[in-house]
Amino acid sequence: MTLVSGWGRFPVVDSELLRPRSFEAVGEAVVAGSVARGNGRAYGDAAIGAVRTVAMTGFDRVRSFDPATGRIRLEAGVLLSDLIDTFGPRGFLPFVVPGTRFVSVGGAIAADVHGKNHHCEGGFGRYVDSILLRTGQGETIEASREENSDAFFATIGGMGLTGIILEATMRLRAVETGWIRERVIAASDLDAAMRALDDGDAATYSVAWIDCAAKGRDLGRSLIYLGEHAGPGELADGAAAFPVGKNPGLAVPVDLPAMTLNRTSIRAFNELYYRMGARRAGGSHVVSLYPYFFPLDAIADWNRIYGRRGFLQHQCVIPQAGARAVLGEILGRVAQRGDASFLAVLKKLGEGDGILSFPLPGYTLALDFPVKGDIMNFLDEVDRLVVAAGGRLYLAKDARQSRTTFEVGYPALQRFNAIRRSLDPAGNIRSKLSQRLFDEV
Amino acid sequence: MTSRKTAIVLGGSSDIGRAAARAFAKAGYDVALAGRDVAALEPDAADLRARYDVVVGLYKFDVLDTASFEGFVNGLPALPDVVISIVGLLGVQENAESDLAHATTIMRSNYEGPSLILGLFAEKFLGRGTGTIVGVSSVAGDRGRASNYVYGSAKAGFSAFLSGLRARASRGGVHVVTVKPGFVRTRMTEGMKLIGPLTVDAPVVGDAILGAVENKTDVVYVSGKWRLVMLIIKTLPEAVFKKLRF
Repeated sequence: MTLVSGWGRFPVVDSELLRPRSFEAVGEAVVAGSVARGNGRAYGDAAIGAVRTVAMTGFDRVRSFDPATGRIRLEAGVLLSDLIDTFGPRGFLPFVVPGTRFVSVGGAIAADVHGKNHHCEGGFGRYVDSILLRTGQGETIEASREENSDAFFATIGGMGLTGIILEATMRLRAVETGWIRERVIAASDLDAAMRALDDGDAATYSVAWIDCAAKGRDLGRSLIYLGEHAGPGELADGAAAFPVGKNPGLAVPVDLPAMTLNRTSIRAFNELYYRMGARRAGGSHVVSLYPYFFPLDAIADWNRIYGRRGFLQHQCVIPQAGARAVLGEILGRVAQRGDASFLAVLKKLGEGDGILSFPLPGYTLALDFPVKGDIMNFLDEVDRLVVAAGGRLYLAKDARQSRTTFEVGYPALQRFNAIRRSLDPAGNIRSKLSQRLFDEV
Repeated sequence: MTSRKTAIVLGGSSDIGRAAARAFAKAGYDVALAGRDVAALEPDAADLRARYDVVVGLYKFDVLDTASFEGFVNGLPALPDVVISIVGLLGVQENAESDLAHATTIMRSNYEGPSLILGLFAEKFLGRGTGTIVGVSSVAGDRGRASNYVYGSAKAGFSAFLSGLRARASRGGVHVVTVKPGFVRTRMTEGMKLIGPLTVDAPVVGDAILGAVENKTDVVYVSGKWRLVMLIIKTLPEAVFKKLRF
């Protein structure tokens, strides 16, 4: 057995890790209690098999690409970073990217990841045309909106529980440059932040970085980043149309002692971050896509900042109506605690595409917490606020929510489970997450 | 229109072979992949074409079939600008200690075959007056270790061959690169205990090979740390070295 964990390094559990080299071997690797794993960027226990974890990063071939349409067929283990580096210079980018580029295409489909453009352009799954899926029953099927559509919509956002995604056909976005025209808005409190995001609905990309150490009058003060793809005429003289993406240079070599992150350091960091951002607010300027989309990728292994015991990410979405009150309550409690992430993210989401996709129209708030003290109880209380407001938690980030929180948050669960049973009557595909939240006990 | 440069990868289906082919295709080379099972190379050829819009050729090549080498080289439609030999076989040291056939296969796969085929290319390149030859050897060839000296000795022979070939060929306009990757996360090393800070992924090796060809480097330790590690290991007195368990 091998000890396996997600990006948050909590929980750490036993699961046999297998690295098949052919699709036939993938089929043979599936035993009762298996799930696929991409590049291990899911935070909690979603990509850990109940018994066996099937690593898919070795499948990184592009099958075909049509430069006239941007349609691409590829194996599920291709990383978005690889797609960006390879096809960016040819004028194509993924339509949707999450906050890190080091996720696999299979993982991005399974989590139906969202980006800073979800409010207007939807999630990753919207740009997937078809999927080659190896079901738990042992069949290999092609699923699309027309063919095996139940399997298709259950696989988009289905957390790998419909089977193992082997290949996908998707559309890439034609771009003129790899640069983003960014506009920064400083919001002095939560109301201003939410208003700025609402005003930014027409922007292709929008996101707010919240100072979650700010309290009282300053509660929810943020920097809102709006972005549009820049044209060639907007670049600085001599700038290449496509910037070079540096590999993470500065790595966190060891687990930092938990002391490093404390009330004082978090407050100081947030204060500095807000003030520096506020100075840039107002005008617009052109930035490389890499820092714009993937600010944390610049530091390799940043998950070690939170110490040996790991950390929890808590990402909820709250429907538009009533979001202000609940977000204010959550942020108030977090500021009171003082040990949350040095930066929190607030953004707007639109309709989800898959049956179990996380997004729904409203606001999503993402926070990190080191695993320590009474954090589990604290987050259970936050979950109650989320559920009462008709919200839900993001499964790709989750390591600890309760069955109740999950079941109330995802009313389409019954339908998802029916499709899952039809694809896998024996229940071979099981992850630690599905054992914790879905599977009959 | 000037024609594009071409590179041929011997052992194209290996992880390092695929990575090298990608690095060269990305840099604008047309590439050829050569391996025992041509059909198995098709998906990699499709990958290179789709990613980089380059011309990709596929050829059958078996490093143990030395009798076929002259026909292989003469049968290529054109002499490439760069030839890269990734071919090698780690084998199982314990088996090789008693199984002569296995030991022979390891020796021939890592020394005899790669040296003979690169020697043949060298003659053709010298006749033309240009070309680059890349041999992927191993840090294991820097000093024989108790745990893998059959493989290591063959790599040592290969490194010596490349070194001598370089001295001779450089006078004729042909450059020879020796690559010593160190630990690489590949199919070959799967399940082995690798030392994290000394281990790299295959694409790093691919990029290092391209860099060495373009910068005309002679000997490349892919991770610079290996140069130091092997310097220490090479300079240990034999009396000390034989007592170390590794």
